[in-house]
Amino acid sequence: MKARVTVMLKTGVLDPQGEAIRHALGSLGFAGVTGVRQGKVIELELAATEAATAEAEVKAMCEKLLANTVIESYRVEIL
Amino acid sequence: MKAAVITFPGSNCDRDLVVAFEGAGFQVTRIWHKDAELPEGVDVVGVPGGFSYGDYLRCGAIAAKSPIGGAIVKHAQRGGYVLGICNGFQVITEMGLLPGVLMRNATLRFVCRTVTLNVVTTDSAYTSTFVKGQQIRIPVAHHDGNYTIDADGLKRLQDEDRIALTYADNPNGSMADIAGILSENRRVFGLMPHPERAAEALHGSVDGAALFAGLMGGMALA
Repeated sequence: MKARVTVMLKTGVLDPQGEAIRHALGSLGFAGVTGVRQGKVIELELAATEAATAEAEVKAMCEKLLANTVIESYRVEIL
Repeated sequence: MKAAVITFPGSNCDRDLVVAFEGAGFQVTRIWHKDAELPEGVDVVGVPGGFSYGDYLRCGAIAAKSPIGGAIVKHAQRGGYVLGICNGFQVITEMGLLPGVLMRNATLRFVCRTVTLNVVTTDSAYTSTFVKGQQIRIPVAHHDGNYTIDADGLKRLQDEDRIALTYADNPNGSMADIAGILSENRRVFGLMPHPERAAEALHGSVDGAALFAGLMGGMALA
C-alpha cells in the first residue's frame, strides 16, 4: 500500500521561498500570480494492507517526524 | 565538570566545541549519534553546529530523533544542562527542549559574518559573566536562523526573561531579533551564533570563551 503525505506551512506562517518563487514568476512575465506557497510531498511504501491502519500509522509518522506541527500542517492520502 | 559533545553525520563544529569546553576547564567526552546513552555524570551536553543528516527533511529533525536524541531529552528532563549551537539549536528545538522553530533566513541567503549581540539577561549560567545590555561580538554562519514562534510563545519568552541574546542588526529576520533563548529552568540554551568560534584571541574575539567560562562557574554554584 502506498501513502502520500503533503506537508505545507500553516496559513499565516511567512514562506520566504514561496515569495521568492512568486517574484521570479513575475519577472518571467507571469503577471497573474498573487501568491505562492511551497511545501513538500513524501511518498511512502507501506507493509500495511488495510487503509485505516495505514492512515493511522502515517498520521503518527507525521506527528513524530514528517511535519513540525509548530509551523506545518500535513495531509495524508492512502493510494 | 563534565561535558559531552555529540557528533552527528554532518556535524562540523564538534571539534571546535570540544576545544572551547576544554578551554573553560571542562572534561570532555565525544559521543557518537548512534550511542543511546550518555556517560555517567555528564553535566552539560553540547549539540554542535553543522548540517546533521544533510539537513534532510528539516534542519535538525532527523538528529532530534536519532538514538542519542532520546538520551539528551532525558538528560534535560532530569535538570541537566544542554547547549545547542546553530544546527544544535535547530536540533534541540526539534526535540521540543525549546519552543519555536528556526526557519529559512528571510533574505534566503546563507549569512556568514561576525555579528554584534545584545546580552538581554544575565540570569543563566551561560550569560552570568556578562553585564545586562552588554554588546558582544560572535560569528554566525547559517541558512536557517530565522527564529519563529507564535505570539503567545513570544510573550511567554519575554515575560519569563528567557531571551538571552538578541542581534543588534538582525541578519536573518528572526522574531524580536532573537539570537538565543533559554528553557524554563534556564539550563537549556540554544543560540544561532557560534561562541566556540570566538574563544581564543586568534579568533578575533574571546566573547564566546566568556560564555563557556560563565557556564563552568555557574554550574559549579548550582
